[in-house]
Amino acid sequence: MSSPIVKLIAQRIALGVLLLFAVSILIFVGTQILPGDVAQSILGQSATPQALENLRNSLGLNDPAYIRYLRWAGGVVTGDLGTALSSGQDIAGSIGGRLWNTLFLAFWAAVISVPLAIILGLLAVRYRNGPIDKLISGLALASTSLPEFFIGYLLVYFFAVKWQIFPGISTVYDGMPFLERLRAIALPATALTLVVLAHMMRMTRAAILNVMQSAYIETAELKGLRPFDIIRKHAFPNAIAPIVNVVMLNLAFLVVGVVVIEVIFVYPGMGQYLVDHVAKRDVPVVQAVGLIFAAVYISLNIIADIAAILANPRLRHPK
Amino acid sequence: MAKPEVKQKSDLLLDIRNLRLEAKVFPPGEPPRTITLVHDVSLTLQRGKVLGLIGESGAGKSTIGLSSMGYGRGGVKITGGEVIINGRDILKSGKSGIRKLRGREVCYVAQSAAASFNPAHRLMDQVVEASLLHGVATRAEAEKRAVALFKKLSLPNPETIGDRYPHQVSGGQLQRVMTAMALCSEPDLIVFDEPTTALDVTTQIDVLAAIKDAIRDTGVAALYITHDLAVVAQVSDEIMVLRHGRLVEWGGTRQIIKEPRQEYTNALVSVHEITHEEQKPGADPFLSVKNVTASYGGGKVKVLKNVSVDIYPGQTLAVVGESGSGKSTLARAITGLLPPEEGSITFSGRMLANRLADRPKEDLQQLQMIYQMADVAMNPRQTVGTIIGRPLEFYFGMKGRERDARVNELLDKIEMGKGFIDRYPAELSGGQKQRVCIARSLAAKPKLIICDEVTSALDPLVANGILKLLLELQKEEQVAYLFITHDLATVKSIADSIAVMYRGEVVRYGPKSQVLAPPFDAYTDLLLSSVPEMEIGWLEKAIKGRRMASAGN
Repeated sequence: MSSPIVKLIAQRIALGVLLLFAVSILIFVGTQILPGDVAQSILGQSATPQALENLRNSLGLNDPAYIRYLRWAGGVVTGDLGTALSSGQDIAGSIGGRLWNTLFLAFWAAVISVPLAIILGLLAVRYRNGPIDKLISGLALASTSLPEFFIGYLLVYFFAVKWQIFPGISTVYDGMPFLERLRAIALPATALTLVVLAHMMRMTRAAILNVMQSAYIETAELKGLRPFDIIRKHAFPNAIAPIVNVVMLNLAFLVVGVVVIEVIFVYPGMGQYLVDHVAKRDVPVVQAVGLIFAAVYISLNIIADIAAILANPRLRHPK
Repeated sequence: MAKPEVKQKSDLLLDIRNLRLEAKVFPPGEPPRTITLVHDVSLTLQRGKVLGLIGESGAGKSTIGLSSMGYGRGGVKITGGEVIINGRDILKSGKSGIRKLRGREVCYVAQSAAASFNPAHRLMDQVVEASLLHGVATRAEAEKRAVALFKKLSLPNPETIGDRYPHQVSGGQLQRVMTAMALCSEPDLIVFDEPTTALDVTTQIDVLAAIKDAIRDTGVAALYITHDLAVVAQVSDEIMVLRHGRLVEWGGTRQIIKEPRQEYTNALVSVHEITHEEQKPGADPFLSVKNVTASYGGGKVKVLKNVSVDIYPGQTLAVVGESGSGKSTLARAITGLLPPEEGSITFSGRMLANRLADRPKEDLQQLQMIYQMADVAMNPRQTVGTIIGRPLEFYFGMKGRERDARVNELLDKIEMGKGFIDRYPAELSGGQKQRVCIARSLAAKPKLIICDEVTSALDPLVANGILKLLLELQKEEQVAYLFITHDLATVKSIADSIAVMYRGEVVRYGPKSQVLAPPFDAYTDLLLSSVPEMEIGWLEKAIKGRRMASAGN
């Protein structure tokens, strides 16, 4: 691998780390601005001023902001996300399993939706402006336009209540057999797929249509290639960069945007955990989850950038 | 693949009968309508022969060429006639029949190979693709054949050039790789669509020779499309002259260039003959470029090295050289767009500020520019009146009736009537657009107009009109030109003095009569001997007589 690529990739990663650092400051400041006081919410309305003061001291809430930030950031770097105020449990420990659950769900939703979206996009270009294109675009748009909770309840009504094929509540537990687990997430994964499909499909279609104007597409046509082979072999490789970008944005959504779906299907993931603790004003948990979501977002975008760099033959094979 | 029985019997390869091509156009502000691009043209081509299709843009030559592959570019549709190849009418063979023809019996070489190769795939994969698709050869056989073709087309490193990506290979080499790609599946016919037009003259001659040898050695027939009669005279057995989608004249190459029967053909043959008496340099130049050195990327890439030239009032300095020689960079240095690192530019006895931003309005007014692409040099949403009126307002504060009167005066000068003042650029032809750009630069009453390849994008006859106009305007207005071009015929027509540039340096400089008289330095010799002449057998003579190879092939 040549040095300009290594340099470009190193730059992207360094930028990502810097960005994550900036986001951590934003999250910290944001949670400080929120109204309410942790000590107050732990002890309740009837607490004496002395008790509040003691608790604040013991939680370190009276220290200057930058010291509290450094204490928190230092902990995060060493893997210590702090303790949940509401339950007193170690946050890293309780997030571990839930993060794994969320990633499991996102992974299977991605495995279905990404290839499906790209194949539908290619087909839409092949039959552009014809009935097949309009049908694909129409269905994809309709599924995106419906709110995710509506799709979720629709799926539950038909597949869980009426036909009883899949469970309506996605309970998973440690040591659950793999196939059982897949069965449990079938409905939420389908709902997520329907939510992200249209965006990826339409961007794939647009990116490839853009490339279809190029002279080398004409060259391929004049070699006698079939229309779908032209799209697959000659247009798609040159449209990878924009497609990867939108795919990564949607993968990020699959991880951080699942809050509603997890609540509907009572799935023990990060989203539900976040919602529970926002309600309890548990600032350390909100901070930790926010930071993890930001990290997911940033790393997926770095991957998209790197993929776009690697997809460019000019960078892969300099003169 | 079994070849049709007819092939052995008949020498007739291609027989186009009463071909009619139409397209739907969407003119601004009007309802769409159907126009006829090609009116019932017929032609025949024998196996192994080369037919040159020649004409200005819009003559329908590419459209006819592509119709032999059953292809209509953009919205072009074949609406009438027959295209018979190897004894069968391909227009009746359906989509899959046409796909079997393309890349197998008929192949295509495009004008810009750089754009016509897929940037994402290695050259070899693209070269053998059609052969594999049509089952002509196995991959190993096809690659072997490709390497042999690379050798025949004198490409460097024929064994390994196929492993490269298109961006790693120069334009002239890509054009040859594309020819190899067309030959690889051993077709009966190749359509060459202006294959050397985008190349420098010094590169063009190599590519042309390679194409000619390859056609001769493989016995393939060809339709050779170009607007350059001198080029087509080198490779064709017969020439067909087209205009506005109609046949003008069709005959043997010698007859067309030596004894044209139609007036239009005659005009094409004698395009470049403008007589221009050279003016002797005056006592003192009004613009003097002294030892200018300039570079891009903060000194990393030196693009001008110690360049000195003088321009005299009312005279033309032509700057010639191949692409990358620094001709346009010299213009950028003079206009202040690329401030020189060393050296100075004096104008009317005083130093010009290096940077454009530091120059007063009077200096800007004295130096005007005209560009190669007239249509992108104008705001498409402004009328001709606004475009020409803008410098009048900006430099002289003219308004209202006074301004309109001056705009009309300028339109008269460029031989365009009053009706044009309210037109938009999209409603003008290429030559008219360039005329408007000339009027815009004249409006500032400059002492010097820098003309950067102003006729390169135009058809020969139109370009000729522009050059004549520029010479007339020079006599009337006493304006000087810095004329940047790669076309030596243009230089001979209009220059008073000439600077030949090569890799950022001026290698030869002086009055026209001296520069164009022997003895030549090696580069000027190469440049001069590379200009195609309308002479059968010129190509072989020129290749034999060369003293150095071209730099950028």
